[in-house]
Amino acid sequence: MDNFRQLTQYVLSGLSNGAIYALIGFGFAIIHNATGIINFAQGEFVMLGGMLTVFFLVFCGFPLLPAIVLSILIATVAGITFERLAIRPLKDAKPIRLIIITIGASIFIRGAAMLIWGKDTHALPAFSGNEPLYIAGATIMPQHLWIFGITILVIIFSRLFFNHSIIGKAMRACAYNAQAASLVGIDVKIMVMLSFAISAAIGSLAGIIIAPLTMTSFDVGIMLGIKGFCAVIIGGMSSGLGTVLGGLLLGLLEALGAGFISASYKDAIAFIVLLLILFLRPEGLFGKKETERV
Amino acid sequence: MLRTIFIIIFLSLIFVLFAGASFAAPPIKIGAIFSVSGPASFLGEPERNTAQMMVDEINKTGGVKGRKLELIVYDTQGDATKAVQAVNRLIKNDKVVAIIGDSTTGNSMAVIPVVEKAQVPIISCAAGIKITEPVKKWVFKTAQNDALAVMRIFEHMKEQKIKKIAIITVSDGFGSSGREQLKLKAGEFGIEIISDETYGPKDTDMTAQLTKIRGTAAQAIVCWGTNPGPAVVARNAKQLGIKIPLYMSHGVSSKRFIELAGEGAEDIILPSGRVIVADQLPDKDPQKKALLSYVNNYRKHFKVEGDHFGGHAWDAIMLIRDAIERGDATPMAIRDQLERTKNFAGIGGMFNYSGQDHAGLTKDAFVLVQVKKGDWKLIK
Repeated sequence: MDNFRQLTQYVLSGLSNGAIYALIGFGFAIIHNATGIINFAQGEFVMLGGMLTVFFLVFCGFPLLPAIVLSILIATVAGITFERLAIRPLKDAKPIRLIIITIGASIFIRGAAMLIWGKDTHALPAFSGNEPLYIAGATIMPQHLWIFGITILVIIFSRLFFNHSIIGKAMRACAYNAQAASLVGIDVKIMVMLSFAISAAIGSLAGIIIAPLTMTSFDVGIMLGIKGFCAVIIGGMSSGLGTVLGGLLLGLLEALGAGFISASYKDAIAFIVLLLILFLRPEGLFGKKETERV
Repeated sequence: MLRTIFIIIFLSLIFVLFAGASFAAPPIKIGAIFSVSGPASFLGEPERNTAQMMVDEINKTGGVKGRKLELIVYDTQGDATKAVQAVNRLIKNDKVVAIIGDSTTGNSMAVIPVVEKAQVPIISCAAGIKITEPVKKWVFKTAQNDALAVMRIFEHMKEQKIKKIAIITVSDGFGSSGREQLKLKAGEFGIEIISDETYGPKDTDMTAQLTKIRGTAAQAIVCWGTNPGPAVVARNAKQLGIKIPLYMSHGVSSKRFIELAGEGAEDIILPSGRVIVADQLPDKDPQKKALLSYVNNYRKHFKVEGDHFGGHAWDAIMLIRDAIERGDATPMAIRDQLERTKNFAGIGGMFNYSGQDHAGLTKDAFVLVQVKKGDWKLIK
């Protein structure tokens, strides 16, 4: 019985962390599919979401909802600005150069956040209380339900957006073949910018909903970014179910590894999985070779 | 005519200014190295603030023996190489008579060979026991040893008849030093560590480790780390419905921890310097006066609560000032006088340095506090 209780707790903890990784991974996938680059500043948008919300809520005294909406808006603008200033001027550069630029941008954003908000860690109040919920002998926080709920919503929306809206289809067209897309009248530049806007918005949303659980500070983006990257690699760079499963799998492996082997290897597990996937199945666990990539 | 008068006035002014400057004794230069930025900034920043505040204070009240103090601070960013460079610069270029810092044990150890060679006394603000054990002629420290905090916790457990405990420590310098001391001292108090877990400094979820601990027969948990990790542990423990007492280290003894851990902080017990419960101390406590003045002063200058990390710098500056008062403003005299410090009531505790002890504190430097209704409560 006790073992069972432990196991359900590991699974639940793992799944809730995994949902976060999936959400962050989503941002990677969207930009990668529109531009072919991996945006290593993705984690910084996660940080911006959390820190901006703390800023508006705690220091400006806004109510929770306006603070969240405002934070997502500002983070989105930051994403667009980043694309305009750092990516677009170099449109013809090789992806590897752009990737290095995103690393530079992430250091810049982190540094700016440190100068503006200081080095302290901040906590957000939970959206709906701190009383743990009991599920089959294991406990989760109400905040975890928010995380699951919002992740599912984001997945459904992105599915609808990419498969059923004109803009979404246009973005997919750019992913398949940017030149052909521009020939049929799609403005590729706008689509690239849009991909940065959407992934910044999703990233900051992820940062906001986890801040009540994990707390936030100027440097949370690094580790969360890497975990999200692992999730999206396992999922084969898809912005669909693959990344979600990748994130959940990563979260589960971490929790079970920490529980049954040793917590010291928690991060190591993520990286070993990442390396194994890159060596053995670079197209991702759930991807077919040369799969549809949006 | 008017012009000549102006020139005369001007020249005499210059003369007076220069004369004034040459008559005033040059300031006594004290060097400081702190990890103001970087991972240990939660130590370095309050330390730098406090040191500067105290030097300004001393100068405002006439300096030491009629001479002003001049504090030269370098930020070492938690980097040992930068610490060594800074100490070299302080000794060779700035020609300081004494140095305080660094904030971390690693950096403090790194600069010891440099100060020993140059024969300049240093007062470290880091806690590691290695800094002053074995005793090094030129090296002192103000931060309480981890071992003293561990002993305080175990004493309390013994009173509570707690025999089996679980520990969860952060995998950095502070955590591994704590883990070492916990394992070393447990036997002396008849306590058995039945579960030994760790977490990474950047981890944001410790439910896996705590679930494992919950499955054991542990009667209490000791968590050793600095913010934000322990706050996550406190929150997760509450989430998991863990009812056994949770002990923390002095690494989280600032209001920030209670803010971060929220309701999870309730009832947590930890050893701390007296500074966070200064107003709850009995009036006869010899440190009370210094503590209250530090707390009020810090709040006035920086609008936040002074913590015991800043206190390490307070102690270092005041110890040096007293040493210069008693002796001379040369490195040798300061060192000799520091070693003769007796019953100095500082922020960290009652300091008694001697030829055999350059750490100067006993376990009485720590009091046990418990979080009650979102505030610290002194455990008698």
